Amino acid sequence: MTLTVPGAPSPDLSAPHRDLSAREIVLDIRGLVKGFRKKSGGTLLRPQFADSRAVDDVSFHVRRGEIYGVLGPNGSGKSTLIRAMSTLLIPDAGTVSIFGLDVVRDEAQVRRLLNRVSVDAAFYKKLSPRENLLYSAQLYGLDRHVAEQRALVTLRRLGLKDKDFYEPLEEMSRGMQQKVAIARAFLTSPIVVLLDEPTTGLDPRSRRDVQEFVLELRDLHDATIILTTHDMPEAERLCDRIAFISGGKFVAEGTAGELRALAGPGKSLEDAFIELTGEDLAKEETP
Amino acid sequence: MTTPHAPPPTPAPDPARTTPGTLAHQLRAALAFVFRDYHLTRRYWSWVLVFTFYDMVSAASIMLIGVAAHNPRLTLTLLLGAVMWSFLGRLFGEIANSISYERWEGTIEYTFMAPVSRLTHLVGVSLFAGAYALLRGVLVFLFMGLFVDIGATLGQVVQCLVVFMVASLGFMGIGLMAAVLPVMSTENGAQATNIIQAVFLLISGVYYPVSVLPAWLQPVSAISPATYALDACRKILGVNGTGTTFQPGVGLGAVLPELGILLAFGAVTIPLGLYVFGKAETWAKRTGKLKRAG
Repeated sequence: MTLTVPGAPSPDLSAPHRDLSAREIVLDIRGLVKGFRKKSGGTLLRPQFADSRAVDDVSFHVRRGEIYGVLGPNGSGKSTLIRAMSTLLIPDAGTVSIFGLDVVRDEAQVRRLLNRVSVDAAFYKKLSPRENLLYSAQLYGLDRHVAEQRALVTLRRLGLKDKDFYEPLEEMSRGMQQKVAIARAFLTSPIVVLLDEPTTGLDPRSRRDVQEFVLELRDLHDATIILTTHDMPEAERLCDRIAFISGGKFVAEGTAGELRALAGPGKSLEDAFIELTGEDLAKEETP
Repeated sequence: MTTPHAPPPTPAPDPARTTPGTLAHQLRAALAFVFRDYHLTRRYWSWVLVFTFYDMVSAASIMLIGVAAHNPRLTLTLLLGAVMWSFLGRLFGEIANSISYERWEGTIEYTFMAPVSRLTHLVGVSLFAGAYALLRGVLVFLFMGLFVDIGATLGQVVQCLVVFMVASLGFMGIGLMAAVLPVMSTENGAQATNIIQAVFLLISGVYYPVSVLPAWLQPVSAISPATYALDACRKILGVNGTGTTFQPGVGLGAVLPELGILLAFGAVTIPLGLYVFGKAETWAKRTGKLKRAG
């Protein structure tokens, strides 16, 4: 249990400030709009549909080596944003470019630069970490034997026993699965890594391990990372800059310190989020 | 002020990695699908065992109708149909359901964002599906040999295998077109592919000549590669006549027209399948269907 003294200033958990302003822009999103149409009733012959905007006129850019956090509650548009960057969605309006390559027009080139970790460790659950990682590595052109050596080194670093490497993933804890997912993403040395709530549902120890690993890999690979989360301490610890997203719109952007300052002296990042968005991060996803 | 875009970075030289866009890169990616499907089959071995055993028993049961009728020609015709459908049906099913499998496993987004062309994807899935379907067809064939004297020479069997291989091209393309359905509808797509497979079983005359179909249905049999593959194999085995006895079989040279039609099927359906699949993929990206839960 954490006790807080009313009015006491919140501790500064922010990532150490790194000046990345001289580095090149890797990801550039301008006026991104993506909506979906859902059946809302009617009959089989005359169905009725409701349109909703999951991402609504979002613009931002991210520099090389930066960890950029997108904070918002469930249903706020974080995953849609990640899917648009992953080449899995075609925007209704606006552009998403990576190193100047458009994710729709230059899809094949963009895919070589990207990898991703999603909230659910999306694996072939019957396959072992070895089989999942080698499959993925080969898709990205890496030699199977080299990939096996690299994967083993990475997974040992994450605390996996060698025998776990050969057991079905379904027998592993969710924390371990998520570590394997991160190892998979970085095995192909991506230049941009999209982390979509990578620590959601993990116990504190696993969450801390994953966060350490993300920082380590960022430095090792000079990777640019987009992190979506609704975990405030995680965002403060990892992200160089943070954007608040609510109802598909970016409502504020800056370093953790800048965002806290927007809410007033002594306020936490969560206070700032509630004040700026009028939402509580813990709210349940609307169906 | 922002720094302008840098040109796309050149990945650090890595001798263990193929260069994107090269044939070696696409070949390695195709083999990745073979690697994955081999291990999935191995891990799901009990299901594979059950389905293979079911295939063998149902094929033998069908063939025994010919034995009961004291008709060696009918027996071999039924045997041929059972083995061929075991092969082509499985091949079609594996390709058509490849998207459904991805949805069930929750990996569809990862596969579709990998730097792999859809052709490479199809080649990889088809390579394993072809080998797996062939192995099951051979097992069915050997199992039926436990019940009857098969009455075909090794040369005839090998020539029929050649026909199977050529026929598989058309089924790959049709399978790819059917794979569009699970892209479009998570709930009903997989079931729809089973309906398509069943229709092909009906119209191809797998266990009977097409001439016994109702007159309105007979022309439809022309759209199935299996119709021509069966015609070719029946000629090779000498069971294309009537009555109870075999006719002299023919060599591959005598079934060149059928082989030509089968090659044409492949030449048309594979590019068409890729085109249709590409359109469906674009549609899924516009509507947000290209995700695990559809």
